[in-house]
Amino acid sequence: MQKIRLRYAKRGRLRFTSHRDVARAFERALRRAGVPMAYSQGFNPHPKISWIGAAPTGVASEAEYVEVSLVERVDPATLAQVLDTALAPGLDVLEAVEAGPGGFAERMEASDWRIELPGVDPGDLRGAVERLLATEHVEVERLTKDGRRLIDARPAVIRAVVLEGPAETEETPIDDDAPGRVGADMSYPERSCGILRVVVRQTTPAVRPDDVLSALRVVAALEPPVPAKATRLAQGRLDDDGGLSDPLALDRQAGLG
Amino acid sequence: MSVQSVFPQLEPLLPRVSKPVQYVGGELNATVKEWDSTTVRWALMYPDAYEVGLPNQGVMILYEVLNEIADVLAERTYAVWPDLEKLMREHGVPQFTVDGHRPLGAFDMLGVSFSTELGYTNMLTALDLAGIPLLAADRTEDHPVVLAGGHSAFNPEPIADYIDAAVLGDGEEAVIEISDIIRAWKAEGRPGGRDELLTRMAETGGVYVPRFYDFTYRPDGHIDTVGPNRPRVPETIAKRTTMDLDAWPYPKKPLVPLAESVHERMSVEIFRGCTRGCRFCQAGMITRPVRERSIEGIGAMIQTGLAASGFEEVGLLSLSSADHSEIGEITKQLADRYEGTNTGLSLPSTRVDAFNIDLANELSRNGRRSGLTFAPEGGSERIRKVINKMVSEEDLIKTVSAAYAQGWRQVKLYFMCGLPTETDDDVLQIAEMAKNVIRAGRVASGRKDIRCTISIGGFVPKPHTPFQWAAQCDPDTIDSRLRKLREAVNSDRDRSLGRNIGMRYHDGKPSIIEGLLSRGDRRVGRVIEAVWRAGGRFDGWSEHFSYERWTTAASAVLEPLGVSLDWFTTRERTEEEVLPWDHLDSGLEKNWLWDDWQDALDEREQDDCRWTPCFDCGVCPAMGTDIEIGPTGRKLLPISPVGVGSPVRNPALSSP
Repeated sequence: MQKIRLRYAKRGRLRFTSHRDVARAFERALRRAGVPMAYSQGFNPHPKISWIGAAPTGVASEAEYVEVSLVERVDPATLAQVLDTALAPGLDVLEAVEAGPGGFAERMEASDWRIELPGVDPGDLRGAVERLLATEHVEVERLTKDGRRLIDARPAVIRAVVLEGPAETEETPIDDDAPGRVGADMSYPERSCGILRVVVRQTTPAVRPDDVLSALRVVAALEPPVPAKATRLAQGRLDDDGGLSDPLALDRQAGLG
Repeated sequence: MSVQSVFPQLEPLLPRVSKPVQYVGGELNATVKEWDSTTVRWALMYPDAYEVGLPNQGVMILYEVLNEIADVLAERTYAVWPDLEKLMREHGVPQFTVDGHRPLGAFDMLGVSFSTELGYTNMLTALDLAGIPLLAADRTEDHPVVLAGGHSAFNPEPIADYIDAAVLGDGEEAVIEISDIIRAWKAEGRPGGRDELLTRMAETGGVYVPRFYDFTYRPDGHIDTVGPNRPRVPETIAKRTTMDLDAWPYPKKPLVPLAESVHERMSVEIFRGCTRGCRFCQAGMITRPVRERSIEGIGAMIQTGLAASGFEEVGLLSLSSADHSEIGEITKQLADRYEGTNTGLSLPSTRVDAFNIDLANELSRNGRRSGLTFAPEGGSERIRKVINKMVSEEDLIKTVSAAYAQGWRQVKLYFMCGLPTETDDDVLQIAEMAKNVIRAGRVASGRKDIRCTISIGGFVPKPHTPFQWAAQCDPDTIDSRLRKLREAVNSDRDRSLGRNIGMRYHDGKPSIIEGLLSRGDRRVGRVIEAVWRAGGRFDGWSEHFSYERWTTAASAVLEPLGVSLDWFTTRERTEEEVLPWDHLDSGLEKNWLWDDWQDALDEREQDDCRWTPCFDCGVCPAMGTDIEIGPTGRKLLPISPVGVGSPVRNPALSSP
């Protein structure tokens, strides 16, 4: 039995996948790639895959993590390569390491998000963020399967800064649907764009990018004209400077030793 | 003229709709060709939600067949849910394909596959969103030719004004021939415009162009005559039959969606057609003769398909899969081959009398034990003779006992309600049957936790079947019989029996509308349009279906013409009556169908021509076809060792 920990990205159009969609895509890609997966016992055996959180539907990510169990030993780098080839463009395996000692999930203490707000003036955004940080509690409403619920979005927000746009958002516009392009991103070249970088602590219930935007609506009546585009840039343990440590660092070290 | 993707306009709308992933495309094994490098361009539509339409085998097969031709492009489109439809209207986004996100109006052909008539309103939504005129008569050379296919195309009269053409039967070869006609017509500089293009299709005898045929009606509302209204157009239109299934191993690379769909497995069609002769079954009547795929062909398709898709389950598809002449060998050899790879096998439709312990064992050997479903269809021996479903209760008890003894805990049974000559008693016997199944299951397994689900559908008489003349049962009678059945299931001294029986059914109203659309003629078209204009969408979904919307439109449109919803549905037809589909040739002799209808009323059964002499239904001589069945006695070819936990072995990952 070998356990491999993977970091992968969810990019472009694939951000519209739900966690269940991603899970199914992974299971099938692992089979196509001929990965010797371990299966659970029983009438309905399932491949042993542990998901560590998941970016919400509609949100992109550069830092998603998953752990898979195999019945035969493989080279993690080769696994990363064959799995990435088998996965749809836009679900991209970035790194694979053999699991070292220690749990994986508890290393994900906080997330660093980048939220692009096309059509929002960076100055207005900066003002709204200042008001958010100056407030202790901000109740926001969220629609769940069981109806509406209120959560306090403010305590989980550790850090929030506004970046200068729009230069940073310039990306290649898509003009066709060539198979390789489904992982490419849209852009709003003609619009000004406010960009929010926010570090949010993993809490229960989780505070998502949408909740942060709802909080800005509550404190400063900020109403983006078009839907925002959020990307998770990193997950990890909070270090003393408010940065995030790489959750695979320990495993990488164990692999070297 | 290149055609741009509308995705940049669509993308900002997606965060505001439910399940946006269904609109982004990017399925595994999808094809996106460069527009300008192709000559003939097809949009293929399944007029239901993506999750239902994506796994559809017909669309998947034609998509791959067409895209294999170098200068032909095929993309897919599905019905968009009302939340996105509203946003698309607000923002001027046209109906698009999910592959290239190209607007439907830019294609040469729009092929719509109708498995059920309840998709008609969704086709109108797509046409309207695409900016294509709803009425075929209003379209110009700049609009796609709208072509209907699928089982409903065997009576496309209710949508005759909205489609340009229809193809009856198997589509594989038809789409290639139609592509050839378009290519030639374009190369010649489009002589004669749209009219000439449609005439060229019609004169092949295999493409029905409704506007080239006129109907006249008698004062009493009956059809008087039907016939072509111009030269070069044949009197009748023949269905298409693809004979050698091994020569058509499609889909080779099944589409695998990112979104969840209704069939999370790959399917291999192990044979096409059925001659069991169930009198209610349109599929069995219009797909004759039986054509088997060989065991080698099946084995090759499965290995290619599993490697290309990563699915964990293979469905061996057909109208009655256990009837394949080599089904025992097929399941055994597949189970051998995929031992240890967590690959499950399933038979989506299994005849009660063809199922046995060996089959049960092979199906449960690797991976999952999927549910078992049988379709006795009728509760009493008498009604099963009427519908020619020749299975006895004894067969059923024997079969379910075998299944329960092999570890299954749940069996699902399908029945119909509202069959011709049916009485309350025929329906109430369903309850007895279900109870006997539970009793037998308890004995066979030695356990108490045995369950049985009975699922009951309303019977809808269909064209090209012996029941095409039958009066459809009215919804009140259906509802009352189902109510009595529910009471019978629950009322028993031994309460534990009823508690272990689940009952699923719909009320009888959607069936009556399906009946109107199945046996309707051209006059029904304006009812469909009126319902659509009043907001009718997704009529196959109970949460979207409105009976009142249909009855209101039917009264307004039909009654001034001297006909009605009842006239089309609950009225029994006479032998002389001209039926709206008489000029559409399924190969079945109308006389034979009538005799079979009379046999039904006399409770006389009809054998299967695979094992008894030909009974002259007419199909083979009319279509120049023949039964193609085994056994061949051949074996599955050995393949290089399968992987561990996967049907694929990847040398790159072998242990160092």
